[in-house]
Amino acid sequence: MAPPRETTARAEALGAPPFERFYATHKEEVYRYLVRMLGRQLAEDAFQETFLRALRAYGDLRHARHLRAWAFTIATRVALDERRRARPESLEAPEIPVADSRPAYAELAHLADELPRTERAAVVLRYGYDLDYADIAEALGSSEDAARQAASSGVRRLRAKGAA
Amino acid sequence: MTVPASLDERFRDRAAADGLLDVAYDLTDSPVGPLLLAATERGVCRISFEPEPERELDALARWFGARVLRSPKPVDPLRRELDAYFEGTRREFDLAVDLTPLPAFQRSVLEELARVRYGETATYGGLATRVGNPRAARAVGGALNRNPIPIVLPCHRVVGASGSLVGYAGGLERKRALLELERGELRLA
Repeated sequence: MAPPRETTARAEALGAPPFERFYATHKEEVYRYLVRMLGRQLAEDAFQETFLRALRAYGDLRHARHLRAWAFTIATRVALDERRRARPESLEAPEIPVADSRPAYAELAHLADELPRTERAAVVLRYGYDLDYADIAEALGSSEDAARQAASSGVRRLRAKGAA
Repeated sequence: MTVPASLDERFRDRAAADGLLDVAYDLTDSPVGPLLLAATERGVCRISFEPEPERELDALARWFGARVLRSPKPVDPLRRELDAYFEGTRREFDLAVDLTPLPAFQRSVLEELARVRYGETATYGGLATRVGNPRAARAVGGALNRNPIPIVLPCHRVVGASGSLVGYAGGLERKRALLELERGELRLA
């Protein structure tokens, strides 16, 4: 996976931090995200795969910017692959920690597992983790408009379910 | 909800087993205080007294590459040999070292240093002569002061012309303790 493209002279001078620091900074958040996307059992393999993929690409990083979004990008791709492979009945009910959720999202999050996978990822990244649409687009491998569209149609679908 | 310790451990082991790390390191206790131990795939690359992990990590990343991760297994052989050394049952280390980031002069000084045997001492001037530059005693002192792998590369065995301890990046107390251990005058473990 290509590292984030954006660079500045200063960021290049700083270089990527030692991997240990990147891992320590993002592992908890990425783990919670994967549990939310996949359930606890599948999240363990996905967590390991996420950080192994990050390590494989890490040597080519030339700067320390956008590392959080980059971690979520890799985790999202791993999670989408995993959900594609897993039969729906093997997915556990998602666990939703309410403390770090926005109220509107928290009310609807228990329904999010039924969303199509890209909509689910877009909704969770936007409202659960506050990533902007440029970063969500990168994670989904889509355009920014498509990412915005996926999140808003996911929210519409959730509202409809919530109201039903 | 936090990352289970077993999962964290599995990831760290796997990262090393798959050859994805530039440097694996761990922290360990020893009779001369806490140590940071680090290794690349080529060999042991760092032993640090009084380690400040944050500063050490930055230095390791600068020298060897950013893929620096705490991962105990690759440094276990070093840990075991150090334990035996402190117990007095090991006199030589059977481990490769990685000195690739060092300037040629410092490497040649450290390679010469490695020939100073357990329980013996050399002088700065003597080492300078052995690297082919008898007037470079001061430069030899500088190279030893920045020795990245103390104990294994025994800069504690280098003393002043009069036999005085002179200096040691890890502190004179440690230098004295290591020399006394090697003379059989002190039990550390």
